[in-house]
Amino acid sequence: MSEEERTDDEGGVIKKFMYVNRRAPYGTVYALESLEVVLIGAAFDQDVSMVFIDDGVFEIKKGQDTAEIGMKNFSPTYRALEMYDVEKLYVSQESLAERGLTEDDLLVDVEVMPDSRIADLMDEQDVIFTF
Amino acid sequence: MKFAIQINEGPYQHQASDSAYYFTKAVLEKGHEVMRVFFYHDGVNNGTRLTTPPQDDRNIVNRWSELGEQHNLDLVVCVAAAQRRGIVDEGEMQRNGKDAHNIAPGFRISGLGQLIEAGIQSERLVVFGD
Repeated sequence: MSEEERTDDEGGVIKKFMYVNRRAPYGTVYALESLEVVLIGAAFDQDVSMVFIDDGVFEIKKGQDTAEIGMKNFSPTYRALEMYDVEKLYVSQESLAERGLTEDDLLVDVEVMPDSRIADLMDEQDVIFTF
Repeated sequence: MKFAIQINEGPYQHQASDSAYYFTKAVLEKGHEVMRVFFYHDGVNNGTRLTTPPQDDRNIVNRWSELGEQHNLDLVVCVAAAQRRGIVDEGEMQRNGKDAHNIAPGFRISGLGQLIEAGIQSERLVVFGD
């Protein structure tokens, strides 16, 4: 946790918010509803980052096709994150490798890093949402 | 210290709400502040007054309502998650043309901004769920 409190131009507090996405996009509603938190949260002008780890890496996999499971393919929304100034997207190198994926399989620009680096980043956060 | 609590799982199916309840109670007994309890995902199901557990089991919903009343807790159910799962207050009933409401005493329905705000304003946001 950062000890010094940062503030914006109007004196509002800016905290380091990290959203940790650990689950596959379908099968449960966690991924969809956590994305809703990120989008609403963007209006609060905090210092936001997102982590994709474990099956969470599938949330941003290219070529998702949900036609046969009758669910909405919400993966295009991840591409819109940039417009919400959510630009720090970190992906676990180990989680990608375990699933036979590479950075080229992902539909947004990310920074791939080892879990140890993600752990360091977690240490720096003020607020961590895990989904 | 100023705490905020997030509960991501429904009652009975999962222990998250029980653990959050005991944690919240302990925090309050130690003299700390709980500025908000936010119910998200299936956690919104903790806020229906229609819950009827067997008599020899704990009543998780009533327990939250009672703790909320004792300590003037802000028990907030996420509106988007609640709409999906049929947790309705009077306002939502009218807005969405439903024939009933079921929100438990002491709970209120509001937006995800309340969760973000809790993250900003509290010193510790503690999340209960899988």
